Amino acid sequence: MIPAPFTYKRAWSVDEALDLAVQNGEEAKFLAGGHSLLPLMKLRLAVPEVLIDIGRLGELSYVRDDDSQILVGALTTYDELARSSLLAGELPLLAHAASRVGDPQIRHRGTIGGSLVHADPAADLPAVVLALDATLIARGPGGSREIGAGEFFRGLFETALQPGELLTEIRIPKPRPASEWSFQKFTKRAIDWAIVGVVVQGGRVALVNMGQTPVRASGVEEALAAGAGTRDAAAHAAEGTSPPTDINADGRYREHLARVLVARALEESAART
Amino acid sequence: MSILGTRVVRTEDPRLLTAGGTYVDDLRVPELTDAARVTFVRSPIGHARITGIDTTAAREAPGVVAVLTIQDMDDLVPPPPPEPGSEVIEGAPLPIGGLWSEPLLAVDRVRYVGEPVAMVLTNDSYQGEDAAELVSVDYEPLPAVIGIGTALETETLLFESTESNCCVASGEVTDDAIFDGCDAVIKQTIVNQRLAPMPMEGRAAAAVFSDGKLTYWVSTQNAQITRFILSGVLGLDPGAIRVIAPDVGGGFGAKVGADRDALLVAWAARKTGRPLRWVETRSENLVGMTHGRAQEQTVTMGGTSDGRILAYRLDVVQDTGAYPRMSGFLPFLTKLMAVGPYDIPNVQTASRVVVTNTTPISAYRGAGRPEATAAIERAIDLFAAEIGMDPAEVRRKNLIAPDKFPYTTPTGATYDSGDYATALDKVLAAAGYGELRAEQARRRERGDVVQLGLGLASYVEITAADAAAGETARLEVHDDGKATVYTGSSAHGQGHHTAWAMLVEADLGIPMADVTVIHGDTDLIPDGVGTYASRSLQLGGVAVHQAALDVKDQARRVAADMLEAAEDDLELNTENGSWQVRGDPATGRSWGDVATHAGEDGLVAFVRFAPGAPTFPFGTHLAAVEVDTETGKVQLTRHVTADDAGTVINPVLAEGQRHGGIAQGVAQALLEEFIYDADGNPLTGTLADYAAISAAELPSFELLQSETPTNINPLGAKGIGEAGTIGATPAVQNAVVDAVSHLGVTHIDMPTTPARVWAAVSAARESGEN
Amino acid sequence: MKVTVTVNGSQIEADVPDRTLLVHFLRDVANLTATNVGCDTTSCGACTVLLDGRSVKSCTVLAAQADGRDVVTVEGLADGSGAMHPVQRAFQAEHGLQCGFCTPGMVMAAVSLLDENPSPTEEEVRSALEGNLCRCTGYHNIVRAILSAAPAASERRSS
Repeated sequence: MIPAPFTYKRAWSVDEALDLAVQNGEEAKFLAGGHSLLPLMKLRLAVPEVLIDIGRLGELSYVRDDDSQILVGALTTYDELARSSLLAGELPLLAHAASRVGDPQIRHRGTIGGSLVHADPAADLPAVVLALDATLIARGPGGSREIGAGEFFRGLFETALQPGELLTEIRIPKPRPASEWSFQKFTKRAIDWAIVGVVVQGGRVALVNMGQTPVRASGVEEALAAGAGTRDAAAHAAEGTSPPTDINADGRYREHLARVLVARALEESAART
Repeated sequence: MSILGTRVVRTEDPRLLTAGGTYVDDLRVPELTDAARVTFVRSPIGHARITGIDTTAAREAPGVVAVLTIQDMDDLVPPPPPEPGSEVIEGAPLPIGGLWSEPLLAVDRVRYVGEPVAMVLTNDSYQGEDAAELVSVDYEPLPAVIGIGTALETETLLFESTESNCCVASGEVTDDAIFDGCDAVIKQTIVNQRLAPMPMEGRAAAAVFSDGKLTYWVSTQNAQITRFILSGVLGLDPGAIRVIAPDVGGGFGAKVGADRDALLVAWAARKTGRPLRWVETRSENLVGMTHGRAQEQTVTMGGTSDGRILAYRLDVVQDTGAYPRMSGFLPFLTKLMAVGPYDIPNVQTASRVVVTNTTPISAYRGAGRPEATAAIERAIDLFAAEIGMDPAEVRRKNLIAPDKFPYTTPTGATYDSGDYATALDKVLAAAGYGELRAEQARRRERGDVVQLGLGLASYVEITAADAAAGETARLEVHDDGKATVYTGSSAHGQGHHTAWAMLVEADLGIPMADVTVIHGDTDLIPDGVGTYASRSLQLGGVAVHQAALDVKDQARRVAADMLEAAEDDLELNTENGSWQVRGDPATGRSWGDVATHAGEDGLVAFVRFAPGAPTFPFGTHLAAVEVDTETGKVQLTRHVTADDAGTVINPVLAEGQRHGGIAQGVAQALLEEFIYDADGNPLTGTLADYAAISAAELPSFELLQSETPTNINPLGAKGIGEAGTIGATPAVQNAVVDAVSHLGVTHIDMPTTPARVWAAVSAARESGEN
Repeated sequence: MKVTVTVNGSQIEADVPDRTLLVHFLRDVANLTATNVGCDTTSCGACTVLLDGRSVKSCTVLAAQADGRDVVTVEGLADGSGAMHPVQRAFQAEHGLQCGFCTPGMVMAAVSLLDENPSPTEEEVRSALEGNLCRCTGYHNIVRAILSAAPAASERRSS
């Protein structure tokens, strides 16, 4: 119920955050909205000795139009994404997916950066940025670097970020048409993590909770590119996936859901255009 | 115009809404100023011997006041050693000591994950969590006994010196002759799954032992019973114990009395001399508070091809968890209510109770009766499908007729009053049953992905099963004309303060605003029973009513003296609470005047109301669900009910109880299940995994009115608290099966999660194709 | 560390352990015990308060994160004259509470909902409450209360 003791430090700039990370080494974690990290700490599944609060870095909270792409600051909350009129016009998939994460209280605090860095394969936004072919900007003591979404998610709760690196921005090429999207989140209850989720933007399809990371349904994408119809393409949905078995579903049921939901997502996406 | 039967908002609410309730963790009384916090060290393993406990590191941790284990319990009389032949008798309280006895702190063995092993006392709760982690316990694992099948077959015994893991067995169901002559017989095994009661406030207690007296605050459904238990456990005279129930955040049967963890807080307060407070976390609550249900049932039903049920057999195995706290009481109630509202000539029931390495089972909203209704309602639908008759028709054909009351069932229950067919017809009409069936037929014809399912449950249930224990009320009218009610009932959300004040206003004309209701303090109310088993209005409320009538008689005598008139010439104007000579308002005297004139004796009445019998509310629920046949996902779209609990004193309160009961009933059908793995590790030990139902999963409910009074008590009231749960679960389960029955599915166990529904549909499709 | 939080309009300053959760700061430092803890997995919403005007689960916010910020709890909802907020009034009128334990969090979640969506549909209300669990009411009357409070809540905001 209560985190193990830790030392709290507050950063007022990105540089300060990076310096604090260097000073405190591996025992330090960044704290953004805290809605991925604090629940783990409260159950003592994570016991960092130092928390570097980056929640005051207002400069990392934005949604900007950059001509051919949209720039999203890592500390933008789910709620801010859901309400963004820019996203509503240019990237409705992201706005909609953000509006479906958790409940209103969680959406008021949780951030896109926090979700991506936490890298839970059952989370929605990692699959969304994968489907959107986003580029993630990481800043470290040595400077900035770009990491493609396809390379960012390495394993269960594991990303390409190096120790001491801070995710600062997500760059998303504007899809054309923006309206060719679908987001199918299959849950037992409204509040639950997706048992299986499907994200479609144009010809790109990503899956939630079908492996240790979000995965592209490449079999589906290839079939679509080759001219297959919706149902036929969807039949490939589970190829190359390794869905988990848990109290809600076994692997076989997840594979079935993936096929059903991909078909529905492709139909819905096409119907919007 | 009497206030009874009118919609009155609760007097409890302004305080709860603006300042919040005062639950155990909110108490800021002087006695607890210096209270230390209790944190329990609990077994992380389902079955093991304890080979050592090392508290050294914990005792050194910051803020630690004491660390207590079984070694420190030298101040308690140990339970008597097990005697040969000290069996658990169905329906009897568990023998203290004995073969199946449960210790307070674990002695040399743990039998469920969550069992308390040690207590850490610290200055604050944060330190408590830290220090508890430092208590080092050595466990030697034993094979875990999980599941009823394993419990019956395994050689591993939870209790040495017992012959098996079966602690109670009653009845035999081997004679198949009752099914001779039946055109159709169905048989089905059914799981009534384990649930966590999960009140929003978990268990909590605070204790101060000072000058030989124990003051004990506890989140309980009955303070007086708790005092009795404490007296026995601590060897203290009840007069040296004061138990107070502050605001209690829900109970649902799991807070009847006080359990071992809560009792340990009192013990530790006396042991250490330090005031203590314990408030469990939700994770502790999910494994440490008793669970509910957990039966496996085999139903067999036979009848004629035109729908008449001739024979019914119910064979129940109750998983009671690691310790048989309720002995055989739950399956006893299940068997008692086995036939529900149906007139069935031949009935057989049997039950066994087994222990497993899981959280102990106890009462949970319905306590044995939801299990009975779920079993027979499933059986009725299976029988209806077997003979190809609409399940509403089968029910109507077999419901006990209204002129048969009082009706004694083959299982020994005597139903007081009922009009079962009317409840069924009301619900069918309000739901538009014919139209719904037509819509279902259209969707089936089209082969829609989303199919419609309809499910019914007609039920009767037993409330105030312990009517003989009765309930108390003490009513006093003061010199200022206001009144105080001391009730033995113990509300934890039911709104008794509002309802009891309504009763006083109705009987005496004292306005509700001038009636104070007090409960839950054994210093003020030493004699009381409590709130559970849907007993409070029909026992506690009636006691208030009778006390009011008693006070009225006393007041008449006093007023006669004041007015120098004959008692027969006086009347009480209940509109304005005025005693007057009949027809002469100018002679009117207020309650204050009369109470003052009553002198030292005052106007006080104490009543214990203990009717000879329980009552039997009844009703029908109809659920309409939509099932996505490709994914298995179920959506409850409508839930229509008639719940008849006799006279309704305040429709607002009655509806609230029905709503809450329906939600928990729906939750069992669709979502909730407490699951263990084969080693006894809980897999649903947090609210992230235990699928408690939210507003997003439920529709608004459609409640119909129905009041068939009982003659068991002068108010004509039965109990309503558990009825909603009992009716809702089978209606929803039946609806889900109905939605996919055309695909060949005949049964789906609860909860009907998407995975379960899809598995059933796939299996039916596959076997249909073969 | 030293933390200063404005709670229901009053500044509360205290030196608390770094790991102090906002809910415990409110209950034990500010002595506002209406906000309750109902779980340990950010699931139940009993601890919901407003942080800078938005609903949050105060069990999953560090007091340090609320440093220098504004918190409103149910105790701070009444207006200057002590009159209940329209949502509180509606909860009583519609019997939207029984044991009361989930109620403070439920009320604050409702206030926030109506703030962001002044005329919600029933479906929107139910969806907005998916993170607020109640065991007693079955939600039926809570939903009714929120829908009935919407017009008055809107008026109060604009006045």
